[in-house]
Amino acid sequence: MHPIVNSFRRLLLYFSAWGPISAILLYLFASVGGLTWGSAAALAIPLSLYYAVVCLYAWYSCRNVPAQNSTSWLRHLAAAGVASLIWIAVAKGLAIALSSSHTFAGLDRQVTRINPVLFGSGVFLYLLAVAMYYILLSNEAAHEAARREIEAQALARDSELKALKTQVNPHFIFNCLNSISALTSSDPATAREMCIRLAEFLRKTLGLGERSQITLQEEMDLIHAYVSVEKMRFGARLKLEESIEPGTLVYSVPPLLLQPLIENAIRHGIATLTEGGWIRLEVNNGTPGLLAIKVENNFDPEAPRRSGANIGLKNVRQRVDAMYSSRAKFDVSAGEGHFQVSMQLPAQTA
Amino acid sequence: MRQDATIRTIIVDDEDLARQVIREMLKTHAEIQIIGECANGFDAVKAVSELKPDLMFLDVQMPKLDGFEVLELIGAEVAVIFATAYDEHAIRAFEVHAVDYLLKPFRAERLDEALKRAKERIGKKPAAAPDQLAASARSGQYAERMVVKDGTRVHIFPSAKLDYAEAQDDYVALASQGKKYLKQQTISSLEASLDPKTFVRVHRSYLVNLERVSRLEPYGKDSHIAILSDGSRLPVSRAGLARLKEFLGEKT
Repeated sequence: MHPIVNSFRRLLLYFSAWGPISAILLYLFASVGGLTWGSAAALAIPLSLYYAVVCLYAWYSCRNVPAQNSTSWLRHLAAAGVASLIWIAVAKGLAIALSSSHTFAGLDRQVTRINPVLFGSGVFLYLLAVAMYYILLSNEAAHEAARREIEAQALARDSELKALKTQVNPHFIFNCLNSISALTSSDPATAREMCIRLAEFLRKTLGLGERSQITLQEEMDLIHAYVSVEKMRFGARLKLEESIEPGTLVYSVPPLLLQPLIENAIRHGIATLTEGGWIRLEVNNGTPGLLAIKVENNFDPEAPRRSGANIGLKNVRQRVDAMYSSRAKFDVSAGEGHFQVSMQLPAQTA
Repeated sequence: MRQDATIRTIIVDDEDLARQVIREMLKTHAEIQIIGECANGFDAVKAVSELKPDLMFLDVQMPKLDGFEVLELIGAEVAVIFATAYDEHAIRAFEVHAVDYLLKPFRAERLDEALKRAKERIGKKPAAAPDQLAASARSGQYAERMVVKDGTRVHIFPSAKLDYAEAQDDYVALASQGKKYLKQQTISSLEASLDPKTFVRVHRSYLVNLERVSRLEPYGKDSHIAILSDGSRLPVSRAGLARLKEFLGEKT
């Protein structure tokens, strides 16, 4: 793709730049070559036009010979010399043609006086064109690099979000299956019910996890499916209190945003308390334009630390950061036996 | 120790259903007598000292004390079979001489296999006391808290609150905030379980928390005494002095 030929605007600009050049040539032909103004003009204008086209071809050699190449300038210099010699020959031919006319009689002999001018300016103009092409090329490369950089960033963010997409904690599934295994003989009906609830939850996570945004209502359904399974394991030990401001359920949230937080609260809260504990989920319209979500739970501060602590939490936090960056707030606070995650997300609807 | 072939068994798990499945699978084994079920680590430790079981099924993640802490407190008298959904503790479980490690959910046949191993173990004299703490330190984590059994009670305090430890025969006395707790453990294994940047062996029989050392005084010809911030005075051997100086610089 020729950067000048392929753009009409650039081509126009290029040829208009040759206007002053031909004026300078005209002046040099008259003063240095001692030609009459008329002869100088008759030579300068067509010769400039011709050389303007020649210089357009310099692009192809620039594209094939990178500027970093140590011999590139030598090659261009040689090309410039050859182009100038040809230019001189063209001038000679033009002068011979013109000299047949009475006005320009003798020009075929006089034209040799402008040979030094033609050679000097020919080399100079050709190299100028080469320099211009290299600048265009490096500009183009810089643009390309910037564009690739942006593409790479977008790609990285995408894959980060994909990687962060919460997976269902496998230990949860193992423990569930163990509970089902216990129930199969003692209480087959309950075992079946637990299978169905677990399946419902897993199906929801599969379906919703594929999407980038779901409504808060869908996330709440997911949480209810999850908690209904966990209730079968923890029985009365698990209490979930919800306080959801009506109207907030239509807002969009990333899928599996809250479920991991509830799971954390069960793992590090409820599961540490022999007598059971509580989880409170609060959602309301915070500052205008923001959706405020708070998950609180109690825990036994003396309980042994559990492995895999906070991976779910970290994951949720990173996803919120990646998705909303500075438009969201995320706070975690832990007091004596009390844990709280609160966040404020942009209140958006799909 | 046992008069008959019955194996007195305790099941420890915080989930009802998890205990239930073990109970049910054990029904086919006439020799197994379930003498107790516990839903947390404290109760498990208490049950072991009161009921003296032969065998224990033990979950890892439980309220109060986790399975490994329970094992640390009950000694090697009881054969332990871990039953957990987490496979990442398996290596550590065998380091502390657990009989077997069942991954939930498991088949009855798998439990039978574990029982067979347990029976082989139960007849024999227990191997060396489980060096639970040192084992966990080997796996890259230092003990975050100390658990000590005092009769049927269990004391727990963070390792940072341990002022010093003193070897006393088979026991080690742990001094923390003016109180002393006796624990059946060697001082070397305790030392191995703690962060060497904080706890320094200043003497064959003493391990000290560097943060408690307020000054060193010469004592006798070539020994020293470390004086702690609470006024306790601990003997420092020549090798201990070299180690201390390494950490404290030359502020003697």
